Amino acid sequence: MTDTIIFVLAGAFATATPLLLAAIGEAVAEKAGVMNLSVEGMMAFAAAVAFAVTYQTGNIVLGFGLAVGASVALSLVFSILVLGFSANQIVSGLAVGILGLGLSSLAGRSFENLTMMAPANLSLPVLSDLPLVGPILFRQSAITYFAFAVAFLTWWFLAKTRHGRITKVVGEDPAIAHNLGFAVIRIRLFAIIFGAVMSGLGGAYASTILTPGWSDGLIAGRGWIAVALVVFGTWRPLRIAFGAYLFGALLLGDLAVQAMGFSVPPQIMTSLPYVMTIIVLAAVSRNALLIRLNAPVSLGQNFQPSK
Amino acid sequence: MASAFGGPVSLTFQPIHACRKNKNTTFVASLAYVIEAAPLRVVINNREQHLKTKAGESPLLLQLRNITKRYGTYVANDSVDLALEHGQICAILGENGAGKSTLMKTIYGIQQPDEGEIVWNGEKVAVTSPSVARDLGIGMVFQHFSLFETISVVENISLTVPGSLPDLAEIIRQKADEYGLHVNPDAPVHGLSVGERQRVEIIRCLMQDPKLLILDEPTSVLPPHSVQQLFGTLRKLSERGVAMLYISHKLEEIRDLCHCAVVLRQGRVTGTANPRQATSAELARLMIGQDIPTARHAEAKPSCEPALTVSDLTYENPDPLGESLDSVSMAVRPGEIVGIAGVSGNGQSTLARILSGEIRLQGHMAGRIQVFDHPVGDAPPGTRRQMGVTFVPEERLGRATVPTMSLADNVLLTAHGAGLVRKGLIRRRQQADFADKCISAMDVRSRGRQSIASSLSGGNLQKFVLGREILLKPRILIVSQPTWGIDVGAAAMVRQKLVDLRDTGTAILMISEELEEIFEISDRIHVMYHGRLSPSVQARSVTAEDVGRMMMGEFDQKMRAA
Repeated sequence: MTDTIIFVLAGAFATATPLLLAAIGEAVAEKAGVMNLSVEGMMAFAAAVAFAVTYQTGNIVLGFGLAVGASVALSLVFSILVLGFSANQIVSGLAVGILGLGLSSLAGRSFENLTMMAPANLSLPVLSDLPLVGPILFRQSAITYFAFAVAFLTWWFLAKTRHGRITKVVGEDPAIAHNLGFAVIRIRLFAIIFGAVMSGLGGAYASTILTPGWSDGLIAGRGWIAVALVVFGTWRPLRIAFGAYLFGALLLGDLAVQAMGFSVPPQIMTSLPYVMTIIVLAAVSRNALLIRLNAPVSLGQNFQPSK
Repeated sequence: MASAFGGPVSLTFQPIHACRKNKNTTFVASLAYVIEAAPLRVVINNREQHLKTKAGESPLLLQLRNITKRYGTYVANDSVDLALEHGQICAILGENGAGKSTLMKTIYGIQQPDEGEIVWNGEKVAVTSPSVARDLGIGMVFQHFSLFETISVVENISLTVPGSLPDLAEIIRQKADEYGLHVNPDAPVHGLSVGERQRVEIIRCLMQDPKLLILDEPTSVLPPHSVQQLFGTLRKLSERGVAMLYISHKLEEIRDLCHCAVVLRQGRVTGTANPRQATSAELARLMIGQDIPTARHAEAKPSCEPALTVSDLTYENPDPLGESLDSVSMAVRPGEIVGIAGVSGNGQSTLARILSGEIRLQGHMAGRIQVFDHPVGDAPPGTRRQMGVTFVPEERLGRATVPTMSLADNVLLTAHGAGLVRKGLIRRRQQADFADKCISAMDVRSRGRQSIASSLSGGNLQKFVLGREILLKPRILIVSQPTWGIDVGAAAMVRQKLVDLRDTGTAILMISEELEEIFEISDRIHVMYHGRLSPSVQARSVTAEDVGRMMMGEFDQKMRAA
C-alpha cells in the first residue's frame, strides 16, 4: 500500500513535468494576448529532436538544447504569421502545430521503437533517504524541480515585477499599451518564444527522461492538456502547477487501481484524470471576479501599431 | 462660476441669426480680430501677463514647424505650425477628423510626422516614442483613458513611472493632497468611477513633473462638478508654469479655461482666436466654417397611453465588472422624447441591451417591460422589432452595422421585413432603393450604397444607421449616445431628425451622456446613477445644475441616507 502511494505521489511529479512546462509557457504567451495552439506540435518536434540527438551523441544537454531550438524555430514561423502578417492566431497555431507533428515524424523516423537509458534522478544525502518524503520529494529529475521552480518564478514575475505587469497589460489592451509606449509586438514575440522554450523542454523531457524511447505520437495530446490546464487554472501559474500535479496523480492512480485488481470499467478510469482535473480546477477557481481579472482580455486578437 | 459645466443648455449660439442674413460680410468682420494668419505660421501671443517665464529658458516651450502626417493618400496634418509658451493653456479646436488627435499623437511620440520638426525649449527634438516624450516632460491624458482595469492604481502608474510600489504610493498620496485629486493608490482600477480614473491619469502625468500636458477631451466623461474641480487643478498647474494643449468640443469650457485657441480644419491650421474675447458662436463658426443649426424643438404633444413601460426592473449582471440595474421604472409615450442622462457606466448600457433584447429577462421579470401593454422582457430582438420597436446602439461599427459589408447589405440587417426579402431571397432592386433613400434622406456622404460601412466617418455612418431605422417608421425608437464622437454639423442634423420623428408620433427614448444634447431635444429627463433611475423631470422646468446634482445620485432617498 505504501509503495502504491509513493508510486502515485512521486510519479505524479514526473508525469506532471512536461504538462507543467508547456502550460506555464503557454500561460505567459496567453497573458500577453497570444493564443498559440501549436504547443502539441512544438512538444512533438522537440521530443523527436531531443531523442535523436541524445541517442546519437549520448549528450542529453545537447539533446535538450537542440530540442528547444527546434521548438523555438517553429514558434518563429508562428510569430511571423501572427505578429508580422496579423494572421488569425487560432488557424496559424493549428497549422504550425500540424507542421510540428509532421516534422516530428520525419525527425524520428529512423529512431522508431528505439530506447535508451534515462539519466539517474537526483539523489540528495539524507533527504532522499527519508521514509515516504524522500522518494516522493527528493528523488526526482532535475527538470522536475526546474519545472516547479519556473511555475513559481512565473507567478512572481507576473505578480511582482514591472516587466510582468507590462506583459499582462499588453494582453489586456494592446492599443493602450502601445499608446503608453510599450513595444507590443516585441513583448508578444518574447512571450511566444518563452512559451516555445518551455514546450521544447517539456517535449524533450518526455522522450528522454519520462519515457526514454521513441515512437511516433509519443507526446499523445500532452500539448492539448497543457492548453486546457492554462484555461482551467485561470492563467495563474500556481493553480496550473497544482492542476498539472493533480492530473499526473490521477493518471497514475488509474494504473495503481488497476494493478491492485479493483474491477472498475476501464473507460471510467481512463477518463477520470481529465474529468476530475476539470472539476477540481473549476471548483477552486469559481470566483468570477478573479477569473475576470486574470483572463487576458485581448487573447486571440492581433494588434498592428499604426506607423 | 457662470458656466458650471462648459455649456449650459441655454447658450445654443443665439447671436448667429444676425450673421445669417449677411453671411459673408459678417463672417469676415467677425474673423478680423480672431484670425491672425492662415494657414501660414501662427504664433500665439495673447498669454496673460501674470504667467512668468523662468530666467534662462526659451520663452517658447514648444514649437511645431510644418508638421505633416499622411495616411496613404489622406493628409491628416498639413503643414501645421504651432507655438506654445510656458504656462499657457491653448485650446485645439476642430471637428472630428480635423486632425487634432493625430497632431497630439505626434507630439506625444505615438507616431512620427512625415515632414516638419518639433522644437522643444529652443532645441530640435525627435520624439520617437511616448517614453521619449515623457522624458522631455510631456504628459498626456487620454480621452478614453489609458488605465488597465485588472491592476491597481499604483501598479498602473508603476508601468511608466520608475520606483518601487510603496514609494510610488507615497508620492501618489502627496500629489493627491497637493492638488486635491483624491484617490486610493491601492484601489483596483476596475472599481473606480470615471472621475477617479481621470484623476489617476492626471496624477500619473504630474508625477513625471511635466512641462506640457496634453488633454484630449478631458471633460467628455465627467459630471459637471468634477469639471470645475478639474479646471481648478489645471489653473493651478498653469500658474506653476505647466503649459497645456486642450482638445475639446465644448466651447464654453474653452472660453472659461484657455488663454488661446488654434483651429484646425481638414488637417490645416485655419485660424487662431482669443477665447476670452470670442463668443462661442464665433468659435463654432471657425471650427466648421458655417453656422451651427440647432434643433427646432416645439412643445411635445404626447398622447396619454404609454408606448413603452418599464416597471420596477431589477437585473443582476453576471459579469462582476458589468453594470446592474436596481428597480428601474419609466414610461415613454408616443410623441415625446425621454432622455436618460448620467455619466456612462451607471447602468445605461445594460438598460439599452435589456430593452433591445440583447439581454433577455427570465421568469417574473419578463413582464416588467411592456410594449403597448404586451410583456416583451423575454422576447428576442426580432420579435420586438416586429412590434415596431427599433434600436440605434451606441457602437456604430459592429453592433449597428457590419463593418466589412456595404451600406446596401447593412440595410438588410434591420429592414429585411420592409419588403426587401421575398421567399427568403433578397430583392436587389428594393434593397438598392431603400439604401439610396436612406442615403439621400440623411445626406450620408459616401461613394454610394456600395461603400463599405467602415469606410464612412462616424457622423455619416450614424446618419445612415438612424436613417435606416427612421425609414422603418418605428412606433418606438431607442437610441443610445446618438451623437457620440461625431462632429457638430452631423450632430445637429441627427438631433433634428429625432425631433422630426417625435413629431410624427413616435415614442423616443434617448440615452446620452451629453447633457447639452439631453436638454436640447428631450421633453422629459431621467438620470441614471449606480443602476438606479431617477423620477422624470420636465426638461423645460429644470436647470442643468439640478440635473448635474442628480447625476451625482442626489435624487435617491436611499443614496442620500447612505
